[in-house]
Amino acid sequence: MSVHATSTNRFLRIFSGPFGALLALLYAIGVTYILTQDPRSLLGRLLLFSALALIYFIPQRPAVKFLLGAVIVLTVVPTIGLRNPFLLEIGFQVAVFATLALGLNVVVGFAGLLDLGYIAFFAVGAYLWAFFGSQQIWHINEAPGTFTVYPYFPFPAWWFWLFIPLGILASAGTGILLGFPVLRLRGDYLAIVTLGFGEVIRVLANNLDKPINLTNGPQGITPIQRPPLPAFLTTPELLATLSQWAGRPINANDIYGFFFYFFGLLILGVTIVIARRLDRSKLGRSWTAIREDDVAAVAMGVPLRRTKLTAFAIGAAFSGAMGVLYAANRTFVSPETFSLTASISILVMVILGGLGSIPGVVMGAAVVTLLNIDILQSLSLQLSSLRQGPDSIPLLGIPWRELPTQLDPARYQRFFFGLLLILMMIFRPEGMVPAERARLELHEGDAEPIPDAELEGDITPDEKLAD
Amino acid sequence: MSVILELNKVTKRFGGLVAVNAVDLRFEAGSISSVIGPNGAGKTTIFNTITGIYKPEEGEIRFDGHSILGLRPDQITARGMCRTFQNIRLFHNMTVLENILVGAHTQTPSTAWGAVLRTRAFKQSEEAARQEAQRLLLYVGLPRGLGDQLARNLPYGQQRRVEIARALASKPKLLLLDEPTAGMNPQETESATQLFRKLRDELGITVVLIEHDMKVVMNISERISVIDYGQKIAEGTPAEVRKDQRVIEAYLGRHAESTTISVH
Repeated sequence: MSVHATSTNRFLRIFSGPFGALLALLYAIGVTYILTQDPRSLLGRLLLFSALALIYFIPQRPAVKFLLGAVIVLTVVPTIGLRNPFLLEIGFQVAVFATLALGLNVVVGFAGLLDLGYIAFFAVGAYLWAFFGSQQIWHINEAPGTFTVYPYFPFPAWWFWLFIPLGILASAGTGILLGFPVLRLRGDYLAIVTLGFGEVIRVLANNLDKPINLTNGPQGITPIQRPPLPAFLTTPELLATLSQWAGRPINANDIYGFFFYFFGLLILGVTIVIARRLDRSKLGRSWTAIREDDVAAVAMGVPLRRTKLTAFAIGAAFSGAMGVLYAANRTFVSPETFSLTASISILVMVILGGLGSIPGVVMGAAVVTLLNIDILQSLSLQLSSLRQGPDSIPLLGIPWRELPTQLDPARYQRFFFGLLLILMMIFRPEGMVPAERARLELHEGDAEPIPDAELEGDITPDEKLAD
Repeated sequence: MSVILELNKVTKRFGGLVAVNAVDLRFEAGSISSVIGPNGAGKTTIFNTITGIYKPEEGEIRFDGHSILGLRPDQITARGMCRTFQNIRLFHNMTVLENILVGAHTQTPSTAWGAVLRTRAFKQSEEAARQEAQRLLLYVGLPRGLGDQLARNLPYGQQRRVEIARALASKPKLLLLDEPTAGMNPQETESATQLFRKLRDELGITVVLIEHDMKVVMNISERISVIDYGQKIAEGTPAEVRKDQRVIEAYLGRHAESTTISVH
């Protein structure tokens, strides 16, 4: 383990100093070049992601890293996204799931309350805008599938902006609602009750098509309005210019791709800042304290009930905003999205990335989302195109055509998650980017030098060794 | 002197078991007192009842002139009573400084909104809390550089001191120490005893100990209450208690008439 850590450090040391920053920039430019040559290349996308991950790990000042990251996220991705909108879609989904994972991380990672029904809060946000942003209000007395779609909506589309804060409030409220009955529960019992709660919300969504049709049942609600784009973003001149750059026709729908990408990133960014600041505050310490020993925490004056409820409420609030955005992005919401598997997926992101670690959780969300919607799908796609060709598998000599469809990589999604989790738990139980605390906890002997940026207060490493 | 903590006929039952039976206790403000008794006598249960972890079935508990019956443990702490635990309950995976900062919970005015918005008030209150925690670290006799260590990595004696610093951070008027010298060697015990005295003399904190080490008890306490089978069997100065027949019986069994509790 420690050998691995030092060799990684030696590799990353190349990226120190101004030369290192330039090297990282060159790497990013190289990746960009690959993607401009072939915007649809899976390898290019993976390299782009690796560039972002690399930038996080290199020994540079936070400002430099932030700048490099911002260049990729704010200029490279949108530029390539003009030619391949799928990249923006991936970016948006990563932002959505990273925000959800951060919210769950507040509950599970910070406060240590295992929540297996977290997706329910996302559902609350999504259904809130689905109901008010669609024509569902007119159909509450009609059975699903019997009504017609009108060209106009009960509320103007710009109400979307009102529903972002409303979604936050509704989800936070639901979080508190869930919090009350489970205040006395711990560990396994809490996990089971939250699991039940998640299922209750999904089953409600599935069945509230009668007696009054609120959710339209399993068919889901559609169409849901998107917020109106400002007129200057959809002028024919601008679209024409963009089309020229992109080499393909760009319409208002593509502009929405950009909108959701940037707005998703904005919410993610705000979430990261809030989670980080709370973690380093009195409230964050109280969460950790009740996670560590709730009896001692309460004896020190930490109000158990309120501290747990704020964890539930704040964790839920993050996903509420994303729920509203997600409903607008999909223009369609159905109970399927909010299954137990989705809750588990988000938990996997948190654990994979590093329980309690904000950068870890974001990275975990990115890896799982990429694996989910990009890597495995792309491999399956490639396999099926090979299957249609006349070639044979090298070495084995079996024609691709005869390869059974059971071997389709996309079918093994859960298998890969499971494998990944098992491997992580064996080799790196603290997650990809462990929380500082977990790192101290699990690798006391490894004596890794603490990067300067991480040091707080006036104690230098030398002083520490002197003790 | 005024009474800071008063228990009137406090009874705590667990099912059929009467763990604390109609116990009366009074502690003078600014005193150092001990509660002693054989293992399983109900001493820790009394502490847990006082601090609100258990709710007594009968009786009244008054702290600083007000009844604290029915208050939650965190509310009682906020009123100026704090404690340590028999089997050290530090937050093991938090640093020493963070542990003390949790103790300062009721003394830190910062809010979640302040933390999110990084207001000036938030920064000031955090900085003040950190400085105070650092000061307490030194006050209980821990080395300066210890603040960044995880609590679990500290040797036993230092963990005890961190626990006291954490309790002090809540600015208590009354400090309840549950077997604070258990597991310490004689030197550590001696310096811990000095610390308890310092808390009273310098900070004016009323100290109540549960203690098994008779040397500590006899040496430091102004008054001693003896508990056996959930009942108070004796009370008085160390000299009085040492001679009390029922105390001798409780500790050494009946028919031990001529013995006194020996001080090693």
